Amino acid sequence: MTVSPQSGAFDADAPVGQSVVLGTDRPLRLDSGIEFGPFTVAYRTYGKLNAEKSNAILICHALTGDHYVADRNPVSGKPGWWNDLVGPGKILDTDRYYLICSNVLGGCMGTSGPKDINPETGKPWGLSFPVITIGDMVQAQARLLEYLGVPDLFCVIGGSMGGMQVLKWATAYPDKVFSAIPIATAARHSAQNIAFHEVGRQAIIADPDWCGGDYLAQGKTPSRGLAVARMAAHITYLSEAAMHRKFGRNLQNRSSVTYGFDADFQVESYLRYQGSSFVDRFDANSYLYITRAMDYFDIAAEHDGVLANAFRDTRTRFCVISFTSDWLFPTSESRAIVHALNAAAANVSFVEVESDKGHDAFLLDEPEFHGVLAGFLEGAAEHRGLGRGKE
Amino acid sequence: MNAWRQPRGGIRIDLQVIADMVEPGSRVLDVGCGEGILLDYLNQFKNVDGRGIELSMEGVRAAVRNGLSVIQGDADTDLKDYPSGAFDYVILSQTLQATRQPRVILEQMLRIGRRAIVSFPNFGHWKARLQLLVHGRMPVTETMGYQWYDTPNIHFCTIADFTALCDELGLKIERGIALDSQGRIRKQNAGSPQGNLLAEQAVFLLSRT
Repeated sequence: MTVSPQSGAFDADAPVGQSVVLGTDRPLRLDSGIEFGPFTVAYRTYGKLNAEKSNAILICHALTGDHYVADRNPVSGKPGWWNDLVGPGKILDTDRYYLICSNVLGGCMGTSGPKDINPETGKPWGLSFPVITIGDMVQAQARLLEYLGVPDLFCVIGGSMGGMQVLKWATAYPDKVFSAIPIATAARHSAQNIAFHEVGRQAIIADPDWCGGDYLAQGKTPSRGLAVARMAAHITYLSEAAMHRKFGRNLQNRSSVTYGFDADFQVESYLRYQGSSFVDRFDANSYLYITRAMDYFDIAAEHDGVLANAFRDTRTRFCVISFTSDWLFPTSESRAIVHALNAAAANVSFVEVESDKGHDAFLLDEPEFHGVLAGFLEGAAEHRGLGRGKE
Repeated sequence: MNAWRQPRGGIRIDLQVIADMVEPGSRVLDVGCGEGILLDYLNQFKNVDGRGIELSMEGVRAAVRNGLSVIQGDADTDLKDYPSGAFDYVILSQTLQATRQPRVILEQMLRIGRRAIVSFPNFGHWKARLQLLVHGRMPVTETMGYQWYDTPNIHFCTIADFTALCDELGLKIERGIALDSQGRIRKQNAGSPQGNLLAEQAVFLLSRT
């Protein structure tokens, strides 16, 4: 290990919300070819690494997620995004596993991203921050694991963009990944999804307060653009059925339409709220960078265009999960991953969970989904020699 | 211990016959594995590296919830994905007659597996023959319990039909076991004319020649 921790020895009992500067001696070599470092990684751990160092699980967060998996989020004040899953006695059992989640490279919750100060200029990076990829995010996570003294992972798990990181981990570091759970994801970002992202980015770029990406130095925030980006994206996370059930054509605090462009409908009001609250917790340039990283994601392209080649000789146990009403990352995308894993004779489970909650289902309380996760992890734990959990 | 996990000897007798054909520690693909009862047994008692394919999502969810490596998939379309020789045994239990292309599936099974184990109900059993002869109606028996209009079994065959297909495909029949409707082993060789008359179901162990 050549990276030396900046803050002395790692303390497993240290409090919530840690961060570490890595890559001082050995910068990251980004996919773009740029050498990047030192960089900061903000992370959170739960539970303890066992003596055999065999119980570590890496949780990978989605586009607008962060490392506050099971803690109250310090910015939004909301419970952790996977609070239902992570905790003592829960499926990702903190009494049993050592759980790690870090904010992705390019993010805005503590890990190096475009809103941070470029040490060379003393000004925010803005658009001078290097373009990053899912692979770069994973490389940064690998450095964090080195720092934490975790040699390999019992499991890597994540949904959506988190699932892309899971697939990248399993193909870039196959020997370090005992089991992998890519949820509601794809091995490459589809044209339709790139298109949605482009709408979001253009909304941000069209906001005059974006200032060519230099808004922080100029004391402005492209709130309107970022809010519109979020509104458009949020629609893609739901399903028609879920939206109809939640809102129908119900009116917002009024008995009839106003013949104007106020938020007459509840669904409009809801989306406006989603947009404006997002602005308080997310950086517009981070949104550009991270959506770009997803757009560039294409595992097959890195392996002569054949996805199965990416998984050749893999010994990882996979559990691929999709949701019936997810039209952003539909089941066909998961099935493509499963076909490739079969072609590599990999050990794979694949379940399509019935849900009308759309892409967001992976963040919600879905008993069937949780039952599958619990069963797969239990089986994998037995094979890992972690014994059977409480039943 | 999961409710449906049962102690040794607790699985259906016809599944036990199949399980007994599998060498310990081998790589097994169970096509049409249902909730994975056979796979679970093979994992527990034969220490196999077991995988399953199941058409019904309900079966898949139950299997994965129980820690088995099972995918939702269709024997008719998904076997072609697997590389040749990936498994020691490919098992098709009581499913062949419900597939669209039994012949292609048999070929695929022995491409991806060194051996195949196939069990199926025997349309040549004397009760079936008698029902057709006497009543002139499609047979409905204990092992073939559906009316013609609602049966999932679209490609029934007799044991003689099956062995003829194996010959045609150049497959070697290593073992053929005749079973009664309860899955108990009958003394006749399944591949014999007596077997074809007296077996209500049969299990065959096949290999490439």
